Amino acid sequence: MKTLSENIKSGIDYASLSRKNRSRDIIFASLGIIVLFIAITTLVALFLDLAVRGAPRLTDPDFYTSFPSRRPLDAGILSAWVGTIMVMLVTAVIAVPLGIAAGLYLEEYAGKNWLTDVIEVNVSNLAGVPSIVYGLLALGLFVQTFGMGETVLVAGLVLSLLILPIIIVSTREAIRSIPNELREAAYGLGANQWQTMAMYIIPAAKPGIITGAIVGLSRAIGETAPIITIGALSFIAFLPQSPVSGDFPFISFEWLNSGFTVMPIQMFGWVSRPQADFQITAAAAGVVLIVMTLMMNALAIYIRYRARK
Amino acid sequence: MKKHLMFGAVLAGSFVAQNAVAVDTVQVDGSSTVFPVSEAMAEEFGNANRGEIRVTVGLSGTGGGFKKFCRGETDITGASRPIRPEELELCKENGIEFIELPVAMDALSVVVSPQNDWVDHLTVEELQKMWEPEAQGVITNWNQVREGFPDRPLNLFGAGTDSGTYDYFTTAIVGEEHSSRGDFTASEDDNVLVMGVANDHNALGFFGLAYFLENQDKLKAVPISWKGGEPVEPTKETAGDGEYQPLTRPLYYYANKASVEEKEHVEKFAEFLFQEENGDLVSEVGYVPLGERVREAALRVLADREVGTAYQGSEVGVDVVETLEREKHY
Repeated sequence: MKTLSENIKSGIDYASLSRKNRSRDIIFASLGIIVLFIAITTLVALFLDLAVRGAPRLTDPDFYTSFPSRRPLDAGILSAWVGTIMVMLVTAVIAVPLGIAAGLYLEEYAGKNWLTDVIEVNVSNLAGVPSIVYGLLALGLFVQTFGMGETVLVAGLVLSLLILPIIIVSTREAIRSIPNELREAAYGLGANQWQTMAMYIIPAAKPGIITGAIVGLSRAIGETAPIITIGALSFIAFLPQSPVSGDFPFISFEWLNSGFTVMPIQMFGWVSRPQADFQITAAAAGVVLIVMTLMMNALAIYIRYRARK
Repeated sequence: MKKHLMFGAVLAGSFVAQNAVAVDTVQVDGSSTVFPVSEAMAEEFGNANRGEIRVTVGLSGTGGGFKKFCRGETDITGASRPIRPEELELCKENGIEFIELPVAMDALSVVVSPQNDWVDHLTVEELQKMWEPEAQGVITNWNQVREGFPDRPLNLFGAGTDSGTYDYFTTAIVGEEHSSRGDFTASEDDNVLVMGVANDHNALGFFGLAYFLENQDKLKAVPISWKGGEPVEPTKETAGDGEYQPLTRPLYYYANKASVEEKEHVEKFAEFLFQEENGDLVSEVGYVPLGERVREAALRVLADREVGTAYQGSEVGVDVVETLEREKHY
């Protein structure tokens, strides 16, 4: 081991070494910028292309308030966007609480034994299972065995299954990132495990947990394969029954049992049609779907921002 | 806490009894080829019976549609080919009796690029030479197809092997259902095939007539000669009077007999399909409407509740009226 001064004496040129390292930094940074630029331009170009092609329909208010039609220029997305929102609502209500609870349990309560290990490995693996597999599972279990039909509820259930692993994994990551000192300090003050969790861990991990939930929901909103598999409709010219009504008991859950369609399916149907005008309608539907996803992400950012304050 | 309440509420809601819908619904599903017809009919029928009858249309494909239909989940299923024996068995097992009805005619157009100036027509034999399984890796040049064709590579485009379109084309051209060479560009999306053929001078492809009619500026249809006859160009007219053969095929509806008998709205919808003025709807979405004789024969089959299929397997160049008058088997 030589000392610095010995090195200098023996003639190692530190100035050129540091120059070399700096130039590597510059090369890597510029490479990064180029890659980022390519990724962003592709996305923006795709979005703009869709928006320009879909512009004639996007600017027509009837597009949002009419049902699908055989005439491309009359076809609207009313049943599709209403269907998407209802399915997402069911998905969120089922998957978010279940996923967070499961993540909390696995991270905080579960004993470290082989059973927990098996569950952990499986949860991580499930996050990578292709969505069509969930569709087939739901078709066999919910639709055929339980006879629940091709309904909003079943679609919500299958999408919940699909995004549960994502929510569980991200909840665990969020909790794991909370420094152990926080926990120890809470115990030191005499809090029990539940109090520690409810009053310290969850609030501190909230931004991460919410981000995970929204990332999961954003994936679910664009899913087509499992929803087609369970037999969503492609043409539906009515809306499910309203959840709120003027008559007793005022709240109805009939809409859960209604047939439905969602944005990606409607788009998929239009893309494959021969008339060129349907391509315009499909592009417009694509823009609306992207905007819906962006809005969900914006909501996530807002919630995270509020949670941090 | 709010979330927990909502979750509980959703669970409770899921136990609410099904089928409490007050409005009569006709459930249609099946082939994606038949879908545009179903959609147009459903739209107009829905408008004519607003608030009383609803029609929903799914897109499960011919095979997927039969699976649902034979479990009794749908009232009507669309099909781009006749029902298969194993599907018939499934229907029988579940006690589902059906009525087989034609809804429209579809022609498969064989197309080349407009820059292709050497093909004026093709015979079925020449097409068979191009498409049969033995052609794989062997027939790769236009000059192998016919004397006098130029020395140019032969690039083939066709429907995906899961589609009814592929099944019909192979039956009609190769002579055996679901059997062809494998080295061609296949896509389930016909618009991809349109672009493929339009951009390749040496290409030849096949797909539904509607896709050719919508892209006549980019494609050239090849007249087809069958059994030594005069070459016939695919148009709505030649498909409508059965002149364009063997590539004209009927599209079908299979209606659940019990639904037709027990649900008035299903029968009403089935009859609606065969009203003369509704032929325009078929035409509008790119298919060929049924002629008067076919419509009358179909209405008679519907009224007599003739159960079963007229087909023993896929057939080419059928006379639809004749099939409707056949003895059906179930």
